[in-house]
Amino acid sequence: MYRYDEFDHAFVRQRANQFKGQVARRLSGELTEDEFKPLRLMNGLYLQLHAYMLRVTIPYGTMSSRQLRQLAIIGRKYDKGYGHFTTRQNIQFNWPKLEDVPQILEDLAAVEMHAIQSSGNCIRNVTSDHYAGAIATEVSDPRIHSEVIRQWSSLHPEFSFLPRKFKFAVTGDATDRAAVKFHDIGIIIKKNDAGEVGGEILVGGGMGRTPMIGKTIRDFVPERDLLAYVEAILRVYNLYGRRDNKYKARIKILVHERGIEEIREKVEAEFAQIQGSSLTVPQEELDRIAAYFADPDFEAFDAEALEAINRELEVRKFENRDFAAWMKTNVKPHKQAGYAIADITLKGIGETAGDITSDQMDVVADLTEQFSLDEMRASHEQNLILPHVKQADLFELWSALNSHGLGTPNSGLITDMIVCPGMDYCALATARSIPIGQEISRRFADLERQYDIGGMKIKMSGCINACGHHHAGHIGILGVDRRGEEVYQITLGGSGDETASVGARVGPAFTADEVVDAIETIVNTYLDLRESPEETFLSAYRRVGLDPFKEKLYAAA
Amino acid sequence: MPLHKNGVQIEDSWTYLGEEESPTLGDRTILSLDQWKQNREQLLEGNHSYGIVLAPLDEVEELRDDLDRIAVIAVTFPTFANGTGFSQAQLLRRMGFKGELRARGHIIQDQYMYLDRCGFDTLETDKENVVEAWKEALSEMTVFGQPSGDDRQPAYLARHAKGNKAAAE
Repeated sequence: MYRYDEFDHAFVRQRANQFKGQVARRLSGELTEDEFKPLRLMNGLYLQLHAYMLRVTIPYGTMSSRQLRQLAIIGRKYDKGYGHFTTRQNIQFNWPKLEDVPQILEDLAAVEMHAIQSSGNCIRNVTSDHYAGAIATEVSDPRIHSEVIRQWSSLHPEFSFLPRKFKFAVTGDATDRAAVKFHDIGIIIKKNDAGEVGGEILVGGGMGRTPMIGKTIRDFVPERDLLAYVEAILRVYNLYGRRDNKYKARIKILVHERGIEEIREKVEAEFAQIQGSSLTVPQEELDRIAAYFADPDFEAFDAEALEAINRELEVRKFENRDFAAWMKTNVKPHKQAGYAIADITLKGIGETAGDITSDQMDVVADLTEQFSLDEMRASHEQNLILPHVKQADLFELWSALNSHGLGTPNSGLITDMIVCPGMDYCALATARSIPIGQEISRRFADLERQYDIGGMKIKMSGCINACGHHHAGHIGILGVDRRGEEVYQITLGGSGDETASVGARVGPAFTADEVVDAIETIVNTYLDLRESPEETFLSAYRRVGLDPFKEKLYAAA
Repeated sequence: MPLHKNGVQIEDSWTYLGEEESPTLGDRTILSLDQWKQNREQLLEGNHSYGIVLAPLDEVEELRDDLDRIAVIAVTFPTFANGTGFSQAQLLRRMGFKGELRARGHIIQDQYMYLDRCGFDTLETDKENVVEAWKEALSEMTVFGQPSGDDRQPAYLARHAKGNKAAAE
């Protein structure tokens, strides 16, 4: 994984000191709260309902055991022994005191981490595929260019006061696990006919109150020109993005109002001016970064050894149903024979999605070191991943996870939901999401039933801002305030993968007492109408549309 | 409004033309883009140079043909959260504008480095202790992630330049 050199260390240290100065100027009254707000946001510091919240970035979701242990310490010292993994490969700590934040940033810098641009109207943490570097079908590791973009975007003198926030996602695989089509800029790393690496660039995707699927602005930009191309897009956005209405300020609105053709024309004209300038990333720098993402030292297994490992796993699964269940959903094939990817869902039945205790972080850190070549990932689905586990170690890994409440066998199933913090924490929320998520989780706890339902993504947001990605949920739930009452709108058929679609609203909202029953009605309707158990909820919905679900949901009314 | 260069207050020999006023030849006045466009042909007849003040929605492209006759361009930041001016400055410099590029409006200390990096020469501000603030703002960071038209090298070039290994320390 990426390691800081002296430049990166100096950068993060200087930035932490700079923020210390800003905090001091705020505390002395030299900065007004209005002036301080964008500065603290650019360092991930929010003022929430009850206290400050610090959002720490995990660039492209990759971390080492040392970094995770430091997060555990921060959780203990400044939060209440917890951390919360978000939908953008960040971790949030609630309850830090303003005057402690510079110290937290120093603690983070010591392990090559920071909170730079995890909020604010600037370029946010670059997210990527959480299975990067571990799956067989990948064209090129998307973290290489994610890192290039991360460095370029940090404290950008021209793009730190944009019309609105700006989010990048990068994938290197045709199967999209990073929701690139729902980002301001999505990049799909691919090769052209000549075998050169580059990226397809999508622009204008997003969620929020106006969900949009990103459009391809250029099919292929060679990797050396990627920065020049994205700088051209950002410049056009900074000049022409709307600033008169905060709800119309994202680039998706600019693309929608002007049309992709006009935006492409402007971007291409700008790109023509700056292509070949010092924005060209030299090959030696690409090579330097790529070396950090080269394969770790995998052990080679011969056919005989692999067969023995598989036999042993089969026996273990036969002897232990819980292990078998975990293997079935939480373990994914790895590109290297004899290895596997292991999902750790932070979705225990009835728990708060994405929450993890500091003690559990320590456990995951130990297991990362012991079993995953010292590398772990955080996914935008609020789960953790050990990307490089020897198959021979899977049983031991599972046993350890399971004894710490981290072995929930539900990856990709209905209880593996995305749930934003909602009104329990968030100042923007208009409804609670956590208790609804917990109730759905309990309602569908039965594993056999979860298997029967199959692949299902429920995503829930406690307000229109859509941090819970509800637009991209197979079933999306949006909590809103209706004359002082929390009610929940349901959308169906959204998807954040390569077949991206925005969910359609099924009808009038449900009260907190009704919404879980409504979800159950939708699920039962699907089970009744599917053509075979192989037809997933999303496929079935795409075949039949909203009507059968509407009929069942609102039949009584 | 006091004018500063590198944080030091300097004399400002230019005045802004009022909205209702009409320009006359060689006044050392700064005109809005609209005033310039309306009087351009007449003003270009003399041998004088002029100043232009830009608002965020103004197209800098409209000044391209006249840049050698413009001595000052004042870029307006209506609030410090509106960063359009940084891009306008970048474009003007790239178009070859060699005159004084001036920042005006609501600008905070934490943007001084960005002004410097984007090609601004001067700053209008009535804040006190601008010298100190300017010095602090420009010394906080010595490592940069990106090129910006100034002579500060992005890390991706600096780390491969010979003899530069220790530069960051």
